[in-house]
Amino acid sequence: MAKLESSLRNMILSLLLISLVMSAALGFVYNLTKDPIAAASKAKEVKAVKEVLPEFDNDPTTEIKVVEGLTFYPATQGGKPIGFAVKTYTEKGYSGRFDLMVGFLPDGKINNIVVLEQKETPGLGTKMKEPKFKDQFNTLDIGSLNNQELKVKKDGGTIDAISAATISSRAFCDGVQKAYNIYMKNFAMNIAGVNDSTMMKGGKQ
Amino acid sequence: MSQLKYFTNGLFKENPSFVLVLGTCPTLAVTTAAINGIGMGAATTFVLVFSNLMIAALKDLIPNKVRIAAFIVIIATFVTIVDLVMKAFTPDLYATLGIFIPLIVVNCIILGRAEAFAQKSNVVPAILDGLGMGIGFTLAITLMGSIREILGNGSIFNIKLVAEDANTILIFILPPGAFITYGYLIAIMNRMKKRYNI
Amino acid sequence: MEIIGIIILALLVNNVVLAQFLGICPFLGVSQKVSTSLGMGAAVIFVMALANLVTYLIQFFILVPLHIEFMQTITFIFIIAFLVQVVEIILKKAAPALYQALGIYLPLITTNCAVLGIAILAVQKNYSLVESVVYASAIAAGFTLALILMAGIREQMENTGYPAGMKGFPMSLIIAGLLSLAFMGFAGLV
Repeated sequence: MAKLESSLRNMILSLLLISLVMSAALGFVYNLTKDPIAAASKAKEVKAVKEVLPEFDNDPTTEIKVVEGLTFYPATQGGKPIGFAVKTYTEKGYSGRFDLMVGFLPDGKINNIVVLEQKETPGLGTKMKEPKFKDQFNTLDIGSLNNQELKVKKDGGTIDAISAATISSRAFCDGVQKAYNIYMKNFAMNIAGVNDSTMMKGGKQ
Repeated sequence: MSQLKYFTNGLFKENPSFVLVLGTCPTLAVTTAAINGIGMGAATTFVLVFSNLMIAALKDLIPNKVRIAAFIVIIATFVTIVDLVMKAFTPDLYATLGIFIPLIVVNCIILGRAEAFAQKSNVVPAILDGLGMGIGFTLAITLMGSIREILGNGSIFNIKLVAEDANTILIFILPPGAFITYGYLIAIMNRMKKRYNI
Repeated sequence: MEIIGIIILALLVNNVVLAQFLGICPFLGVSQKVSTSLGMGAAVIFVMALANLVTYLIQFFILVPLHIEFMQTITFIFIIAFLVQVVEIILKKAAPALYQALGIYLPLITTNCAVLGIAILAVQKNYSLVESVVYASAIAAGFTLALILMAGIREQMENTGYPAGMKGFPMSLIIAGLLSLAFMGFAGLV
């Protein structure tokens, strides 16, 4: 077959045909992958919530509440609240924004933290994913700190920063602090009501 | 058997990263770890093979004046397919490679091969050429990734080679290390080409 | 304040070439002379600001309402290719000398991954229309800055001797590495 001439009619027909076939192929693949993509992103969410909280038996992803830009996942065991997972973020990372999932117990103590999405420098800022850094926060009660503020040691706080990645460490604290403040303002009080009164202390801002 | 040369061409003699110096952006950006090299390489190879195949098959239907536009539509379609498939089935790798997956569309290797090879050839050589170029690219960026990961993080394919708290040469996984590693690799390649007369 | 932050981040801290590795091809290709890099830089600033303006409108008035966000890559690259053509035609008429100097690199803006990359990143970052255009201009200015610095150093390097194997790309890459190291000093500025 000889090559088509570059006449206007041929050019339009050829491009139209290719675009149509390609769009159809794309639509097909899109429909095929739509559900797995949604499932993959939900699976990631559920996995993170499970990791940061003690055992629960409800489905927190169906009861989410969004407050001041953060997503709260309430977890209950046998109908009794056992804490909240909070999807929080910071804009202060070395490469801008990153997302964290922080698990709070009803008394405002941190249970565990998982790093969700981040673009920090590999080998430096990414060390915030490692237990050596992030496990410092476990069982930490921010309410008992000076001014209830989370800070790295360099700034007079209690957290050991990742070496050569102070900016990422500060940003990490910033994200957790944001989650804590909004959590305490909006959720801790009701839970404190159904549990015991020692939690009230943390509830006072 | 003579068709084999289409395949081996891209592996060394015209290696896209080290000899043609095309596709430099992903070569520098995603090579902070060896595994990223394989992921990025596989995605690029897929697009190369299928776009070469389509373009060689449709070459008579594409009038000369609009060929670049037609190539871009074909390439962008396959890139979007890779994008969707990776998002669905390898979400972690997708998150690491990030913006560089959609950017395969502007990877000069692919448009370059379409223009310089696929539009003039038959389907089989075009596929072999795509495969060879793709694998050559994959090998090159995996090599880059390995060197940077070993020196900068003391590990390879996430397997630690040194003690957990040992000091590594961090600069190699930072941006400057990418440029410097790449520069020296091309220099070594130049030297080898001269010495062995390839 | 927000806008100034975006500018400083885009221009220096996250320099598009030296920290984000976008637009490496023209960075290595058109950086032999300071004068041509100025021209290239100007063309890129213009194309990028325009591209972000148009792609923003397309994203939020066509792709999102129709729920075909997955067509983003294909639509954006088309718009950029179209814009580059327009700029080329205008430049050919208005400034033939500059058009001669930029030669084959002008059409190459289409495959300058910085243009497509920044258009996609601006959408991902949820910028407003104004922020998006400012961001693109600052990124392109950062590109120009890196290009001019590089060209200045390369002009000086011509009079120096270094091993034959390092000629061309290897030397350029190593200079880029040192520039990138210098730019890391801007970290934490914002």
